[in-house]
Amino acid sequence: MSMLHWSILLPFIAAFCIPFTGKIARKIHTGWFVLAIPVAIFIYLCTLLPKIKEHATLLESVSWIPSLDISFDAYVDGLGLLFAMLITGIGALVTLYSIFYMNKEKENLVNFYVFLLLFMGAMLGVVLSDNLIVLYTFWEFTSLSSFLLIGYWNNRKASRYGAQKSLLITFLGGLSMLGGFIALYVMGDTFSIRELISMAPELIQHPLFYFSMVLVLLGAFTKSAQFPFHIWLPDAMEAPTPVSAYLHSATMVKAGIYLVARLSPIFALSAEWVWVVGLVGIITLFWGSFNAIRQHDLKGILAFSTISQLGMIMSMLGMGAAALHYTGDSSKVYMAATAAAIFHLINHATFKGSLFMVVGIIDHETGTRDIRKLGGLMTFMPITFTIAAIGSFSMAGLPPFNGFLSKEMFFKSTLTMANADFLSLETWGILFPVIAWVASVFTFVYCMILFFKTFTGKAKLEQLPKKPHEAPIGMLISPIILVSLVIIWGLFPNMLAETIIEPAVAAIQPVLYAADPYHVHISMWHGLQPELWMTIGVVALGFILYKTYPNWTGIYKWMPTRYTLNNGYNKSLSWLDIGSNKLTRGYMNGNIRDYLIYIFGFTFIILLYMMWRLDAFTLNTTSVTPIGIYEVILAVILVTASIMILFAKSRLTSIILLGTVGYTVSLLFVLFRAPDLALTQFVIETVSTSLFLLCFYHLPKYKPKEKRVRFKVTNLIIALGVGVTMTLLALSSHSTKLFSSISEYYKQVTYKEAGGENMVNVILVDFRGLDTMFEITVLAIAAIGIYTMIKLRLERKGGAE
Amino acid sequence: MLNFMLQLALLCITISMGILVYRVIKGPSIPDRVVALDAIGTNLICMIAVLSILLDTSMFLEVILLIGILSFTGTVAFSKFLEKGEIIENERDL
Repeated sequence: MSMLHWSILLPFIAAFCIPFTGKIARKIHTGWFVLAIPVAIFIYLCTLLPKIKEHATLLESVSWIPSLDISFDAYVDGLGLLFAMLITGIGALVTLYSIFYMNKEKENLVNFYVFLLLFMGAMLGVVLSDNLIVLYTFWEFTSLSSFLLIGYWNNRKASRYGAQKSLLITFLGGLSMLGGFIALYVMGDTFSIRELISMAPELIQHPLFYFSMVLVLLGAFTKSAQFPFHIWLPDAMEAPTPVSAYLHSATMVKAGIYLVARLSPIFALSAEWVWVVGLVGIITLFWGSFNAIRQHDLKGILAFSTISQLGMIMSMLGMGAAALHYTGDSSKVYMAATAAAIFHLINHATFKGSLFMVVGIIDHETGTRDIRKLGGLMTFMPITFTIAAIGSFSMAGLPPFNGFLSKEMFFKSTLTMANADFLSLETWGILFPVIAWVASVFTFVYCMILFFKTFTGKAKLEQLPKKPHEAPIGMLISPIILVSLVIIWGLFPNMLAETIIEPAVAAIQPVLYAADPYHVHISMWHGLQPELWMTIGVVALGFILYKTYPNWTGIYKWMPTRYTLNNGYNKSLSWLDIGSNKLTRGYMNGNIRDYLIYIFGFTFIILLYMMWRLDAFTLNTTSVTPIGIYEVILAVILVTASIMILFAKSRLTSIILLGTVGYTVSLLFVLFRAPDLALTQFVIETVSTSLFLLCFYHLPKYKPKEKRVRFKVTNLIIALGVGVTMTLLALSSHSTKLFSSISEYYKQVTYKEAGGENMVNVILVDFRGLDTMFEITVLAIAAIGIYTMIKLRLERKGGAE
Repeated sequence: MLNFMLQLALLCITISMGILVYRVIKGPSIPDRVVALDAIGTNLICMIAVLSILLDTSMFLEVILLIGILSFTGTVAFSKFLEKGEIIENERDL
């Protein structure tokens, strides 16, 4: 176990210890204990930065299940470190924020922090694992802890609904991702991501390649809330705000982004990857920003905005993958998209984290998050106002904040995509910049709504549950740190470029990078490029749209609620529920006859099919003994009696006929020279017939009318089928004797070895006495069972009287 | 000759058994059926005796005795049932 492993496991260990600290130190907020953990890991990760900057990597391995090729490989490269630092850095800030947000008396803090720490550890595990199975394990841990955190206020219906929804959708994706991983293992015979990457050119030839690609992408898209799996994210907003800020903006939803980036070296060689990732991303970008405008809840706006920004990052990753289809300088144009994705990922984590915290503060200090009730908070909350201004202007893509830079880079990537000349991009590539531009206009509009509707205008104090005032300073520290990062990275973006973005790009596109190092340089002003004009257009049109937005929000009513994705999700859930219920009730009807029909039907159909399929029916009459007259007579009696049972009018007749069958069988035993069997058969037949008579005599009186067995075609078919199948089976098994019987041995040794002359009895008690013992046991159990059934019933009756 | 006679005997027994079975099925009253069943048992004894001579074995003599006992107990049980309405009188009520 190395330092790296301990840092991944530290949150889990801490999560185990937290319940004890909560009990010991009642006076201190539990969050203070928790805060130390992300800070410690963050500091440790910072010490790795210089190494990563030199493009060195760190691999520590601990074997877990060596026989299955599963080892806990912790691997740090640019991409892993970036994510790990985001997780711990924002984790520390969110913990600090939550100390002031979560009330010590009213909330169950132990639960909250245990879940949060579980999540943090799981997320670190996801981004620092090199083994696919370990990655999957941590991945499901993030889904699970996210489920717990969303349902934190489990007395609310909406919380439970949101938690269930996110669990279903992310687990669906997680499971399909596991399938994709296993397919990768089948292809490459290793779970190690690095080794799989090294054999990427061979993997693309494999027939399972596209299969695993689709499954892995399904996992990534569900986790990162890509269209059409984004529907869980807005409902996850029922979680406490620190959770929303941490999980549903900065970290967990980026796990899918991480997965796409991490596996890009394997899959991006195929052109379909570029299309699927790029297109799904850009559709999500548009759909999220389009829908954000109609929200009234501040967190709803932020949720859709997260969806849209994640789509933007995803599409940039797809565009970056196009670099693999070019060489030399032209591929660098596309690598810029990857760099932009990484840059925007960092930016989004900063401004979205701060915005969520701002919304949390507003909620905390005014008691509502409804945008229709808010307004004019600027004078009450000046610091929050400033933070929100920076955050939302950065999100809208305005200079001098970092969002502006990444948006410019994004536009540039889409424009290069439009000029690409492969994969029929020359005809359809123009879609990318157009959709991106329209989506950015909507982004601008909702950012403005978010900011101006909350902080400017007339204060509607009478509508607010609380009188608004500035938040305590502790609550403001974290968002202030985040927005100062927004400004610092906006003004000096190249601080990040060499230290973290370049190693991350190198990790996403290792082959290209090794061939020709790509130097990220982000500049605030790079001349009057088309992307600058696009930004100016966005601001201009966005401003007009914002000013007139009450006039055109009617378009949202055009879309009927019946055809929304949420409705589809709910309907499909209830349909699944009702459908499976109906299905189960349809065949599990409680009627034993029907179950017997299934059992016999399946038995004979499968047997017949297998006989036909394997051509198993054989008829060999060489070993058949000649048939005597007595056998024929007895067989006729047997058949007649059996058939007459079916047509018997009364039960008594059938019992007597059954007895006839039994006695005829014992006569057959006599004829076939089996005296012991004949003896037993006679006695048993007598006893069972009298038992039948007993049952018959005790039949209830109220339904005395005896009916003939009703005729049913299904029963006839099944009975005939079973009979015919068994006959055919018996005939063909008799016809194919593969080896001679072992009875010769018994004939020789019965007297010599066991000292008995009755061979049947010697076999029963001597050669194979164990079977006899357990048959005695069976009889004993039956006897005891009958005794208890009769006795217990009588006692209960007696007790009642 | 012996063989033929034995087979003839067997045929006769079978025919008589067939007639008795007719009585079992048709028998207007229960006692008719019980008596017919008892006679069938006896016929069975004869049949097995003849069969064991035919098969030249002494192994089935126990079967003959057994059928004798069974048909006796069966008939007695039925008779008691017809007379008293139950076979084993329970002294549960005491």
